[in-house]
Amino acid sequence: MKKAVSFLAVSVLLSTTALANAETLRWARAGDALTLDPHSQNEGPSHTIRHQMYEPLIIRDTTGAFEAALATEWGPSPNDPNIWVFKLREGVKFHDGADFTAEDVVFSFERAQQPTSDMKELIGSIKEVRAVDDYTIEMVTDGPNPILSSNLTNLFIMDKGWSEANNTVKVQDFEGGEITYATTNANGTGPYKLVSREPDVKTVMARNDAYWGRDQFPMEIEEIVYTPIQNAATRVAAFLSGEVNFLQDMPVQDLARVDSADGIGVKQAPQNRVIFFGMNQGADDIEADNVSGANPLADVRVRKAMSMAINRDAIRQVVMRGQSQPAGMIAPPFVNGWTAAMDAESSTDMAGAKALLQEAGYGDGFSIRLDCPNDRYINDEAICQAAVGMLGQIGITVNLDSKPKAQHFPLITDGKTDFYMLGWGVPTYDSEYIFNFLVHGRESDIGTWNGTGFDNDALDERIKSLASNTDLKARNAEIAAIWRVVQDEQLYIPIHHQVLNWGMADGLGIEVDPEDQPKVKYFTAK
Amino acid sequence: MTDLTPTDQTSADDQGPAPSRLHQALDSDLAYSFRRSPVAMVSAAVSLTLILAAVFAPLFATTNPFDPASLNLMNGFTPPLQPNAFTGESFAMGTDDQGRDVYSTILYGMRISLFVGAAAVLFAMALGIVLGLLAGYLGGWVETLIMRVADIQLTFPSILVAMLIFGIAKGVTPVEYRDQMAIWVLILAIGLSDWVQFARVVRGATLVEKSKDYVDAARLIGRRAFPIMLRHILPNVLSPVLVIATISLALAIIAEATLSFLGVGAPPTQPSLGTLIRIGQGFLFSGEWWILFFPASTLLALALSVNLLGDWLRDALNPRLR
Repeated sequence: MKKAVSFLAVSVLLSTTALANAETLRWARAGDALTLDPHSQNEGPSHTIRHQMYEPLIIRDTTGAFEAALATEWGPSPNDPNIWVFKLREGVKFHDGADFTAEDVVFSFERAQQPTSDMKELIGSIKEVRAVDDYTIEMVTDGPNPILSSNLTNLFIMDKGWSEANNTVKVQDFEGGEITYATTNANGTGPYKLVSREPDVKTVMARNDAYWGRDQFPMEIEEIVYTPIQNAATRVAAFLSGEVNFLQDMPVQDLARVDSADGIGVKQAPQNRVIFFGMNQGADDIEADNVSGANPLADVRVRKAMSMAINRDAIRQVVMRGQSQPAGMIAPPFVNGWTAAMDAESSTDMAGAKALLQEAGYGDGFSIRLDCPNDRYINDEAICQAAVGMLGQIGITVNLDSKPKAQHFPLITDGKTDFYMLGWGVPTYDSEYIFNFLVHGRESDIGTWNGTGFDNDALDERIKSLASNTDLKARNAEIAAIWRVVQDEQLYIPIHHQVLNWGMADGLGIEVDPEDQPKVKYFTAK
Repeated sequence: MTDLTPTDQTSADDQGPAPSRLHQALDSDLAYSFRRSPVAMVSAAVSLTLILAAVFAPLFATTNPFDPASLNLMNGFTPPLQPNAFTGESFAMGTDDQGRDVYSTILYGMRISLFVGAAAVLFAMALGIVLGLLAGYLGGWVETLIMRVADIQLTFPSILVAMLIFGIAKGVTPVEYRDQMAIWVLILAIGLSDWVQFARVVRGATLVEKSKDYVDAARLIGRRAFPIMLRHILPNVLSPVLVIATISLALAIIAEATLSFLGVGAPPTQPSLGTLIRIGQGFLFSGEWWILFFPASTLLALALSVNLLGDWLRDALNPRLR
């Protein structure tokens, strides 16, 4: 039966586009997925790889609009605003041949709510997920949640039977260094199947010809070979030589060179991602500085001074070669709650910064360690290095410690860094997502990426109430008010919004996704 | 380094040096051979210039590249001898991505490279001499143990051994001291990966020397093993060690550059030549050639001149090889 289906699929393909048959997407970017476990590590490149093999109920297409994936219809129940109803797609099979049913959805949501899950903030408002029948799901929320659907676009569905058989019911404890079967294996319903995976070396995927949307999407790529290449020059060399035909994390210095080369090109779009520094302001004393018995970062004047010392225009012009947009708030312009006025609230003022430091009692400066990733964001290490110089000019001696993201991110989620770089993309396109992860005080199921130690109970209450605020106007006013606090407290030091550059060999076609998550099923190839 | 003071020109024509004036005669031979070798003279001049420039870097440099506060990011990517588009400043060898003057950074970076190289060689030499003397003089299980460890280490490429040691050391160093410790860890890593050849040469020479009459005599008058090794044998095995040390210096400088190029050496805020080359390599395709070219040329000149000097020294000290 399976053979017959794939034979049919192949013959359909042959009759339409003969050449596309053997297309291989040789795909490179700076870093690898941290893990394949769908509910561990809520991180862009990890989700990107998962999206090829696993599917959520609802997906965002290349323009950012909702599209049906494993759910065909969804919406709040007409009878009870606290309940969302999802109709599931019928006849879908997992890669191992098991049927996709409601019990897999219930299982996956419960799995994503476990303490070791990194997706729990997204579904914190869901009290219960229940199967009405094999293809209908009801989600009971803690009060009406008008934007529930936008929280589900990276929430992947696993097969209950497969997870139980392979002892991966529990989400991998990534920070604890745990490795499970699901870390390096995948069994989803998605358009591509995992063939082999060597973390940080190579991941190979093959087209799933039994995919439910085989005829609905182009799916002209037959095989995906994904190779992380950390070194920027090596990455571009691989692309220029044709060894790689799709390149993410294009080094900004090489755009002109790639543009002028034959047979390859660059597609550009603003990215839904903001880059910023976080500071541990909650602790009484911090480990990374040379001030004992006090925490200079606890003083808002110090934080403001640090922000004022950062020359964002210089970073844009020199480090990013114009490929960024200086930021004044830690929300990308795509996000509900972003305002141009707040995004312009950062200015460089060295004299003012020095005066503020003096006022705070740190006129002679202090020294602190900055933790920085070197394979995650565009020119991440160079930005940190530039910040070292700029902060040095107001007397703050910064020791830079840069390392791969796999070692950097656990420092933030474990609270082991006092000054760090982080970038944040907002898959829900709403500020609540940012507040839940980065502003709410750190608890077991919320605020998990808030490494600042900031914990304001009154503000936390207001953040939590956003989920069930159905009056969108009042909700937006509340979001603006919360942003005001974040801005006044200088909770973070915003740097810039990234601009995306995808390098593509001629003949490959896809629109640049503002979330930087290419979904290969949309690729055309000729 | 060689003693370059003028020597008696006729000494080479003497019937043969008296044993008591052995050192003086050696000097003369060396000096004569030096004057006869243009390669040696040029490479000595180049190494000396580079070493002096590095040692007195603060006098020659126009900026202090290790002081991040003095950098102006807007100076970044200024081509050599052209004014920067924003600041109007001009730099002899241009600036790197952080606005650092490449010329000054090379001077300061060369300091790190030379210091790490020299210290690593001294460390490897001390370790190799001690272990080689022990193995050669004591023999027995001491020799077996030391030489088998040396054999095992020789089966690994030395850069791999250095990376392993660097990785372990970085793991056990507290994070806040990593930047300060990076240099010392480099020295340890390169030194430990390099001691084997010293130990082998010293052991070989010791085996030859220990059967000679003067050693027997020393033993007969009741001197203990350690004084004999240090006072009698060591001075007589030093000349091959000196040759290896010179050649090792060039290799150690390159090893440091390799480690830093791979990103496991000197931190980017205090770049050595290797770190500079690593930074510059990222801009090869985009036309900013000077960030890579000048540090790489400097490394080439330094390593080549020291190496040629070592070659000449080997030939001069060991005429049978010619």
